[in-house]
Amino acid sequence: MANTHADEHPGAHAPEHAHPGAREYLAIATILTVITAVEVAVFYIPAMKSGLVPVLLTLSALKFALVAMFYMHLKFDHRLFSWLFVTPMIVAALVIIALLKLFGHW
Amino acid sequence: MSVAAAVHAHAPEAHRTSTGLNSRKMLFWAFLGSECMFFGALIATYLVYRGRDQVGPHPHEILNIPFTSVSAFVLLMSSLTMVLALAAVQRGDRRGSRIWLAATALLGMVFVGGQCYEFAHFAHQGLKLQTNLFGSTFFVLTGFHGTHVTVGVIWLWSLFAMAARGKLPQSRALDVEIAGLYWHFVDVVWIAIFTLVYLIQ
Repeated sequence: MANTHADEHPGAHAPEHAHPGAREYLAIATILTVITAVEVAVFYIPAMKSGLVPVLLTLSALKFALVAMFYMHLKFDHRLFSWLFVTPMIVAALVIIALLKLFGHW
Repeated sequence: MSVAAAVHAHAPEAHRTSTGLNSRKMLFWAFLGSECMFFGALIATYLVYRGRDQVGPHPHEILNIPFTSVSAFVLLMSSLTMVLALAAVQRGDRRGSRIWLAATALLGMVFVGGQCYEFAHFAHQGLKLQTNLFGSTFFVLTGFHGTHVTVGVIWLWSLFAMAARGKLPQSRALDVEIAGLYWHFVDVVWIAIFTLVYLIQ
């Protein structure tokens, strides 16, 4: 993979999908804060004990996705970057599930 | 349009490469992928051994949810200041670059300070690395995460020093973007740890 001087390719520096602006970043931060507050509230509500795990895992996955898509720009960058990140994450998740099964947690 | 040309057109900050994508950025995403599996292994170890301790202290006796919630909030806000730092560098705002890079590093230091306090408090309560399975797996997992945050803080201060000396122009925005990817990664890892270790006990 040979890099050449960027000046030879001025178009290469123009992203096709512009990154979000400060307003969008603030909106995402607000959503992340609200989700975190909901997570902590759910933890303390006795009536939620039975559905605690799926609710918390869903909220956590939502936060994870928001940060990866908007702050890490995966939503706007080339799809190959998403694959480079998501594929090992799926492998890691499968390893966790397999080990939990193997050690009798399910 | 060939595939390479199409890929090239999508790539911000790209040089001419066989993929059309910037090699540094692609390498860093591959590194973050390997980090996913590294932390996946640590999280798996923690979960597998959870609830199998013969002696205490146990998680529900010692974990401080309000304190850790504030730490989680601090790290989330540092992700916001990090993207604002990148945006400032990309538009050539040198003052903004310095302010947001310093803010991110300071928030990272607050998080690490909180973790040091938590570890010291746990040790005082009788939970150490060798106390039980919970202690071993908890300190290894959160300790490795804290080490990653510390590396990120050092990286951010070095970028701040470059910005302060005027050596972080728009043309070097990719340097800040890659540091930002690392920083957001430690944030998403904490999102997982906060839920799996602290909230699901």
